[in-house]
Amino acid sequence: MKIIAVCGMGIGTSVLLKMNAEKVLSQLGIDATVEATDMKTARESTDAELILTTPDLAQLLTGLKSEVITIDHFFDLEEIAKKLSASLL
Amino acid sequence: MSFPKLAEAFAENSIRVLAAALDREHAIELAGDLLVASGRVTPEYVSAMVDVLETHGPYFVIAPAMALAHSKPSDSVISTGLSLVTLAEPIVFGNEANDPVKLVIGLCATDHDAHIEIMAELSRLLSDDITVNILLNARDTEEIRSIF
Repeated sequence: MKIIAVCGMGIGTSVLLKMNAEKVLSQLGIDATVEATDMKTARESTDAELILTTPDLAQLLTGLKSEVITIDHFFDLEEIAKKLSASLL
Repeated sequence: MSFPKLAEAFAENSIRVLAAALDREHAIELAGDLLVASGRVTPEYVSAMVDVLETHGPYFVIAPAMALAHSKPSDSVISTGLSLVTLAEPIVFGNEANDPVKLVIGLCATDHDAHIEIMAELSRLLSDDITVNILLNARDTEEIRSIF
């Protein structure tokens, strides 16, 4: 399964989100790859099953096929785990 | 715990504590100016960091009290690095979940991949309540340097 972590620029916020999402996915035993990407690439990315991003950016990512999950606190692994398992398990 | 990559990424003159910010744009500029002062970017990059707020909103306020201000790789980036400023008075960025902001980290990177090890250490630093507490309450830059 492919998941993308999206931020405005693709070098900062999304990289942190990708790292923590990978930690959580491995704890949950879910086999998935997470790519960090910018908004433009996210809009063109049609094969991602799930998009992880922030509430602000989610408002700019409407009309996509993939499910969008928003994360408030990037270092709160419990929040990430709760939201990912609600969607994937 | 040690953070060798962060010790390198925060060059001389890249850290400032208890700065007075007028508003969120100014808070971003303070972090950007430290990237300029430490030789990482040209002043154009600082304007680009502020533009991100305008085009994408305050999404880079990634955890309570913390913002990761940055733009993207460009000609105005001299070398990959970080800066850090703590604010004397917290500033509201408009990020409902994580306002107000007390700590602004500035980031610049020359490409999309070279800074991954730095980001892994940054993630470790900002995930730990003890180190975050030191960052938020530091009275001088040495207290912050001592964590790395």
